[in-house]
Amino acid sequence: MFLQQLINGLTVGSVYALIAIGYTMVYGILEFINFAHGEIYMLGAYLGIIAIGLLTAMGLGNSSAFLLLAFAFIFAMVFCAFYGVTIERLAYRPLRRAPRLAPLLSALGVSIFLQNFVMVTQGTRNKVFPQLFAQNGFDLGNAKITYIQIMILVTSILLMVGLTLFVNKTKMGKAMRATSQDQKMAYLVGIDVNRVISVTFLIGSALGAAAGVMVALYYGLVNFHIGYTAGLKAFTAAVLGGIGNIPGAMLGGIILGLVESLGAGYLSSEYKDAYAFIILVLLLIFRPQGILGERLKERS
Amino acid sequence: MIKNKILEKSIWALWLGLLALPFMGKKAGILAIAILLVILLLPLLNGLIARFGISVSRLNFLSSSANWLKTNKKMALLILFSFAAILPLFMNRYFVDVAVLCGIYIVLALGLNVIVGLTGLLALGYIAFYAVGAYCYALLWTHYHINFWLALPIGTALAGVFGVLLGSPVLRLRGDYLAIVTLGFGEITRIVLNNWDELTRGPNGILGIARPSIGDFIIKQPIHYYYLILAFVVLTIFITTRLEHSRIGRAWVAIREDEVAAAACGVNVTLMKLLAFATGAAFAGLGGVFFAGKMIFVSPESFTFMESVMVLCMVVLGGMGSIPGVILGAIALIILPEALRQFQFYRLLMFGGAMALMMIIRPQGLIPSQRRKMELEEENG
Repeated sequence: MFLQQLINGLTVGSVYALIAIGYTMVYGILEFINFAHGEIYMLGAYLGIIAIGLLTAMGLGNSSAFLLLAFAFIFAMVFCAFYGVTIERLAYRPLRRAPRLAPLLSALGVSIFLQNFVMVTQGTRNKVFPQLFAQNGFDLGNAKITYIQIMILVTSILLMVGLTLFVNKTKMGKAMRATSQDQKMAYLVGIDVNRVISVTFLIGSALGAAAGVMVALYYGLVNFHIGYTAGLKAFTAAVLGGIGNIPGAMLGGIILGLVESLGAGYLSSEYKDAYAFIILVLLLIFRPQGILGERLKERS
Repeated sequence: MIKNKILEKSIWALWLGLLALPFMGKKAGILAIAILLVILLLPLLNGLIARFGISVSRLNFLSSSANWLKTNKKMALLILFSFAAILPLFMNRYFVDVAVLCGIYIVLALGLNVIVGLTGLLALGYIAFYAVGAYCYALLWTHYHINFWLALPIGTALAGVFGVLLGSPVLRLRGDYLAIVTLGFGEITRIVLNNWDELTRGPNGILGIARPSIGDFIIKQPIHYYYLILAFVVLTIFITTRLEHSRIGRAWVAIREDEVAAAACGVNVTLMKLLAFATGAAFAGLGGVFFAGKMIFVSPESFTFMESVMVLCMVVLGGMGSIPGVILGAIALIILPEALRQFQFYRLLMFGGAMALMMIIRPQGLIPSQRRKMELEEENG
């Protein structure tokens, strides 16, 4: 039982971690909570299904499951990256110097808009993700890890390693770190801040989309309102790890996934969705800087 | 130059169409053309209207009518009130019902306006206080047969206490953190209502709540409810207006503008913030008790996050901190969807878009608050 909950928790946690990275990256640079990020994840899940539907319609539905999935991933990630950049350009950039409430409300508006855009165009009913892989897996004593879970874990680890390398080793990553430390100074030393912000949204959204595809694959069902809860939980994960801190978001996601899954297993599964919020509330009251974060600046 | 602009706009339209392509299929092309037409024609339209002295992005006649209201206040209030008082006599039951709904949301929006508009604390779980009021009456009636009039102050006070309980730990947090925590509280409230079967009967809700009555006269027609809510609305407007121009109201605005400076001037920031939370929550509790008495049924479904967003939209669209603006916002957001029944499906889509657009084009709302207006102009200029 414990082992099984651990495996399930790690799987869900790595998905939360991927979404949380998007929140944390944007917060690190713009100091603003991108409410619409949860919807990007939802769009990603839908785009994955649409991509596979597209391939099937083109008569390629019988090719290898891995190829289909790879295409779904790329399709969803590319489109969501575009979505993220476009949203930033249209809804957030004009408000960069506005009072603080303005971008937040604008993000809320974008989030409602995207949710209902998907509802209007794709319908209110659940969409089914085609079953690409068999549900079996390895037996580990009295627990079981499915192939899908292994794949989710491996993919998330790969993406997170890739991101860490990108942020720490490339020139763009360096520019990003500089911008998050001091936007004005970064601008003065010749960093194209707007471009850095666009790249941040690009990467964050692509990771969110990957998380969406993985969840769709894992649960087999998606709905237009999954983005709201998942977004909130991922945000909790980001705060848990220390917002603005990328390794923190990864850690926070995993911890949150474990808490949820163990809590559902041992305490009560009815209140499963409440755990994240309770953690969030307690955390913000007692340790707002999170696990790995530094003391938060008070900014008005 | 102009050619370049048209090219740029066409690229934008094409790009948005491309983004919509996987979701809409062939219809994305139509969307792209529609977007292109709108963004090409908008400046033309704007110029045309500007010629007649009114600009789309600055609905000046609204603020000038607000100015007129300011100078002839008593007269205007009297006219408005008598209009509201005789209005239901000329409407059928359906319209009266919609008007009652408007009334409930006016009370809610004015309450939230105290928190968001005056004090500048973004609260996203506001509907939880509404739920507290509604469930308070529902439970008091089903368990102890406490009537509406007694439940009214209890529910209002209880919601206020909840506001303080919720507010006290989170008020140290600023801006978006506060927003998220209040959102979390709202969700926790809903989840508890949904799962605590012994007390709230879970998703089934509580049935058979008594209608309010005065002596032997039972309030049950929509028109009776209309006059009851009208009284509540007048009470709410009176209290919030008085508060806004009182010492407390000025302290709230001072906190909104600059917390540190306000504290330095001797404003007890924590106390004032708590007071704002309690006041806003109390109005929501009042609305909640009325809601339970009107629907004679409550269930967690009425208290979702979308409801919080709706109330927030009313405050934002109407004009944060402006009482006439918020009232207009509430009426507009209730009546428009009723009037556009056939577009029901697209209602929230338009809300979302309008909210983002509003922040970019007219952040001060339809009828900006006078104080707020000064502040925004200063910041932009």
